[in-house]
Amino acid sequence: MILLLQYMLIFASVLMLVALGGCFSEHSGVINIGLEGIMVMGALGGALMMKFLPAGVPAVAIILLVVLASILLGMLYSLLLAVAAINFKADQTLVGTAMNLLGTAAATVFVKAMNTAEDVDNVSSIIQYIGPKRAFLVNIGSFEFNWFMLLALIALVVSYVTLYKTRFGLRLMACGEHPQAADSVGINVYRMRYAGVLISGMLGGLGGIVYITAGVSEWKFENGVAGFGFLALAVMIFGQWKPSRIALAALLFGFFRALGNVYTGFDFLKAMNLPAAVYNMLPYIISLVVLAFTSKKSRAPKAEGIPYDKGQR
Amino acid sequence: MKQQKTSLLRNNAVQTLLASLLCILLGLLIGYIALLLINPAGASEAITTIIKNFMTYSKPATQLKNLGNTLVKTAPLLMCSLSVLFAYKAGLFNIGAAGQYVVGAGAGLYCALAWQLPWYLCLLASILAGAALGAVSGLLKAYCNVNEVISCIMLNWISLYAVNTLLNLVKEETSPYTLNLLNTSPGSALPSLGLGALFSGNKYVTIAIPLSVLVAVAVWVLLEKTKLGYELKATGCNKFAAQYCGMQEKKNTILTMAIAGGLAGMGAALLFLTGFEQWQCTQSSVPGMGFNGIAAAFLGGLNPLGTILSSYFIQHITNGGAYVDKTMYSAQISDFISALIIYLCGFVLFFKFTLNRWLDRRDEKRTKAAQADPQKGGMAE
Repeated sequence: MILLLQYMLIFASVLMLVALGGCFSEHSGVINIGLEGIMVMGALGGALMMKFLPAGVPAVAIILLVVLASILLGMLYSLLLAVAAINFKADQTLVGTAMNLLGTAAATVFVKAMNTAEDVDNVSSIIQYIGPKRAFLVNIGSFEFNWFMLLALIALVVSYVTLYKTRFGLRLMACGEHPQAADSVGINVYRMRYAGVLISGMLGGLGGIVYITAGVSEWKFENGVAGFGFLALAVMIFGQWKPSRIALAALLFGFFRALGNVYTGFDFLKAMNLPAAVYNMLPYIISLVVLAFTSKKSRAPKAEGIPYDKGQR
Repeated sequence: MKQQKTSLLRNNAVQTLLASLLCILLGLLIGYIALLLINPAGASEAITTIIKNFMTYSKPATQLKNLGNTLVKTAPLLMCSLSVLFAYKAGLFNIGAAGQYVVGAGAGLYCALAWQLPWYLCLLASILAGAALGAVSGLLKAYCNVNEVISCIMLNWISLYAVNTLLNLVKEETSPYTLNLLNTSPGSALPSLGLGALFSGNKYVTIAIPLSVLVAVAVWVLLEKTKLGYELKATGCNKFAAQYCGMQEKKNTILTMAIAGGLAGMGAALLFLTGFEQWQCTQSSVPGMGFNGIAAAFLGGLNPLGTILSSYFIQHITNGGAYVDKTMYSAQISDFISALIIYLCGFVLFFKFTLNRWLDRRDEKRTKAAQADPQKGGMAE
């Protein structure tokens, strides 16, 4: 039971971070389908940092450095979307899709090259981080608390305050609803959209490292992040682009995702004797059903996905 | 002479071709730089290996046989890119081609291996399975307003796990792969009609290849020359206007996705019913074929006939990637290059816009120069 709670909270943290990232990007008017790729890049940054940190670094420093590396790489990678979508008015869905493919391919090529350079026989795309990973965990009884859970909570509160209580957040949202109107009162739409995409890169990158450290202590980069970026988008839509609702949605989805990891621990679930594939499918099925019921009265930002053109009426 | 050149550059097809070639060149260039960064020693050799693909073999017969192998995999890729293209023309982004391809493979292979049905029934099963999955996305879009990109992604994963479970029933006992098609059910394999002999006896070369080209032509005819195609495109441009004109926009959305799904499902049949590949039942990620289809569709300038060429190109470099020196580089370098190409395709619109503006300016200057006394007439060039 505690194990279920633990997995639920950590997966919910991932989904919440990434969905909040998507939320910022979409509120500024840019659809970010590329979250999946951003997650992979963030995960790569964090994993590399963990791999190359010398032993004996204090836990606090490990946490800070790993988080920093993930955020940095996530933000850098999200620039690909920002430049294409904001300056060059590219099709955001296409660019996002390309970023997802590129993220996994680039990470795989890079990690494989690194592994083969170290050892010619090692052609895998795996990075191990057993030791440094311990820095993130604190045992409270049998519950394994992960600092990332706290980080996700902080991100939630900060996002809420930023979006609704600061001048920056309100201006950002105006750019996603009616950029022409925002521009007419002196808001720089391009700059706001850059900010939105970069914040999504930051949170997406962070979500990536949380995801790959969630259950395992090594990661095969060929697998990418198994559709988690898209799951986060579903959480965001289900959460109606509002941070508080996104948190609830993330908990719900996190629960079903966690069930897949720990269902063998429950006698009645084990007794049903369902194939493991059913539990693997569950989060995706639930999100489809949920989306089918909630998308009708969708409150998406009005101008999302439309490149901003100053001269347009 | 110059007047003629201007009109040629203004031609949309020429612009598309130029843009695509530019994407390819830039993609290869960045790929080359990546190779240089990884290991400067073998970079030039690796990039030429990728571009040469089967031509790395010296014997013509082996070359021909490997050209056959590339073509065998081009057929499903072409179908997937047609699927993406068809949906895109009707305003839908079918990222679910991958999932529709997966269920197509599942249905086709199950019919072939479990029931030993003849090939045309297996093919039909694949098409129907893909179409059904596409229709689900279409239904969700039309009636529940679910963004097709999200629903397609969810369905991709659901179908992967479902098909893995299904095909687990017909797998080899000692390996995670499905039974060998040619041994288990030769009647389910696509007929070769002597095409294999043309490629040094490559037994995997079947009617799949000409069939996929025929479908490309059919898609072009459907989109450009029929009422249905016109309606679908109109719905894509503006569904409210289409509705106002009396078109049933909901029906059109569902139909579009069903046809797109059928195309992708058929693509899977065209590969797996040749016996060229066996399905791996422990597969943990959705096959890249559907995603590469997106690359091919956009690289082909969203024209069914253009995609024939672009599909071949993408498959050519993907196969070429398998030949690079594994002690230095990984085969994924070609995935990397094709992903770069898709990304660059996002800039095509901007490229055309800039090109047209440049042409406009040049013409304007020229007319001005012709009207007034040409003092600075030469500046345009």
